Amino acid sequence: MARKLSFLLAINEAMHQEMARDERVIILGEDIAGGAGGSAGNDEAWGGALGATQGLKTKYPHRVLDTPISESAFIGAAVGAAASGLRPIAELMFVDFMGVCFDQIFNQAAKFRYMFGGNAITPVVIRTMYGAGLRAASQHSQTLYPLFTHIPGLKVVVPSSPYDAKGLLITAVRDDDPVIFFEHKAMYELEGDVPEESYSIPFGEANIVREGGDVTVVAIGRMVQHALQAAETLAAEGIQIEIVDPRTTSPLDEETIYESVESTGRLVVVDEAHPRCSFASDVAALVAQNAFDALRAPIRMVTSPHSPVPFSPALEDVFVPSPERIAAAVRDVLGAKSGSRR
Amino acid sequence: MTVTAELSQESLLRGYRTMRTIRDFEERLHIEIANAQIPGFVHLYAGEEAVAAGVCSHLSDEDWVSSTHRGHGHAIAKGCDVKGMMAEIYGRATGLCKGKGGSMHIADFRRGMLGANGIVGGGPPLICGVGLSAKVRRSGQVGVAFLGDGASNQGTFLESLNLSAIWKLPVVFVVENNGYGEATGQSYHQAVEDIAKRADGFGLPGVTVDGNDYFAVAEAAGIAIGRARAGHGPTLLECKTTRFFGHFEGDTQTYRDPNEAAEARASRDCLVAFRARVTDAGLLAGAALDAIDVEIAQLIDESVAEALAAPWPDVSELSTDVYIKY
Repeated sequence: MARKLSFLLAINEAMHQEMARDERVIILGEDIAGGAGGSAGNDEAWGGALGATQGLKTKYPHRVLDTPISESAFIGAAVGAAASGLRPIAELMFVDFMGVCFDQIFNQAAKFRYMFGGNAITPVVIRTMYGAGLRAASQHSQTLYPLFTHIPGLKVVVPSSPYDAKGLLITAVRDDDPVIFFEHKAMYELEGDVPEESYSIPFGEANIVREGGDVTVVAIGRMVQHALQAAETLAAEGIQIEIVDPRTTSPLDEETIYESVESTGRLVVVDEAHPRCSFASDVAALVAQNAFDALRAPIRMVTSPHSPVPFSPALEDVFVPSPERIAAAVRDVLGAKSGSRR
Repeated sequence: MTVTAELSQESLLRGYRTMRTIRDFEERLHIEIANAQIPGFVHLYAGEEAVAAGVCSHLSDEDWVSSTHRGHGHAIAKGCDVKGMMAEIYGRATGLCKGKGGSMHIADFRRGMLGANGIVGGGPPLICGVGLSAKVRRSGQVGVAFLGDGASNQGTFLESLNLSAIWKLPVVFVVENNGYGEATGQSYHQAVEDIAKRADGFGLPGVTVDGNDYFAVAEAAGIAIGRARAGHGPTLLECKTTRFFGHFEGDTQTYRDPNEAAEARASRDCLVAFRARVTDAGLLAGAALDAIDVEIAQLIDESVAEALAAPWPDVSELSTDVYIKY
């Protein structure tokens, strides 16, 4: 181990390795090479809007395709290509743009296997950026994995570290079902240990990021990083939280969550998505239904509010669940009496 | 006509058999739906047979088509098993999709049938993907997206024209212009008469033909598919045709002149025109066509009887095949 790599380059390395391994893997998206047709004559000027696809066009000129700004067509083309013999990775630059191509994802890709009686194989991966923090305002900052998690037929991956990003993306490319792969835009610079060799991390297997006996904190994506910061503060107060990162919201490793709650008796769920019909409310409902006897305090959800993502730094900074809010929720469930109302 | 002369007897018989199968399949469904034997929404293709049959006469099982909510004709022309289709429409376990798809989602990947599609305009982007796959793998396959005049106003179609043109994809977009998007007439829903003209704006050829004429469709489709297979890129082929029934079964068609469909049946029936053409030219004997009629009538009878006798899907199938592995 010991080699450090950024979240961005971990994703980039996964794609390089998978394209080298399997020639059916193609990559398509807007400006993923960035520069075709420009006066500079450099077809790979950008290497992706934020650089995730850098170096791929040069190596695989016929398997890396810049697309027009035409999400319905190219996301649909990725789905159709997957159904007919390729293993495409499509980049939906911002998940907010699902609004102009969602039909191809949830009515087509997600349903082929079922409505065609088990005859279809649609191994498509849609990589997409999500999350607040870059002052990108309401249409470029959303956390929309709950919408995809709701749809049977889709698998939904939300990595929380460079190590997980590489291993989970490799699994996604090799998976035969449609996978939506969420990358938090404020995490691309995050560095962590990433082995150089290829490795895969199975879907539906939660990672216990930190062990602790007082409170279970279920978090996903960037919120795992915030939970880790909260854990440091709390540890100084003598409170040990156990951080459970499900890694994938669909499939969801319910058992690991229940086991942790059974040992701590207390649950805080952290989710950057809005609070209604969300990942947080889903986990809270599952625990309430299936591990109620283990609970010694009401479940707390720490989420963004039921409002669009604001632009102003003064507002956006309080929109995202902070380590401080997570720590406060943990103290709250420790102080709360069983069955108490807020 | 030279085209007629170029077609072999075998290919003529195949074209007729396809059209007759579609017609009988749809006419029978119309009756069975009136008998309340069939669940759900059904959209009949009768009247448009020459389009599916003419286009698919140039395709093999390796080629792909995407279809529409009015998809029975495309499925039959692409070689899907008629009995499996009928059982699917009846919602039975023996259906092509195990009863999970129904009329609007009939698919058979072994026949290159990428599925009837309940979303208007859902197919063209998928066919771009088929073309991309064929191009990357250098497989020589062609993809054909069938769509209606209604779908020709969807962004998915217009985006697909652009994408296929810039990437020179081996695909053909076949617009079945039957004059209605559901209940809304073409003259209201778009300001062009010939949808093929939309190709000009995207840099690909656009051709309009009489979609009730099997030979006209087959000739134009042969050129378009040949062009795609040769690596010269996509074509937009508009076939002007007529829908004998309503948008869906149960549609009272109050938006239509009461005589419109009857007049079309009397003057623009592709099967009648085909028969007259080949027998007048001495290419086929009427008896050969009569024999196909008898054979297909029996096939449809058996299909309905077998579908009715087939088991319903077991409830254990409710949540199978959602994923390959979960």
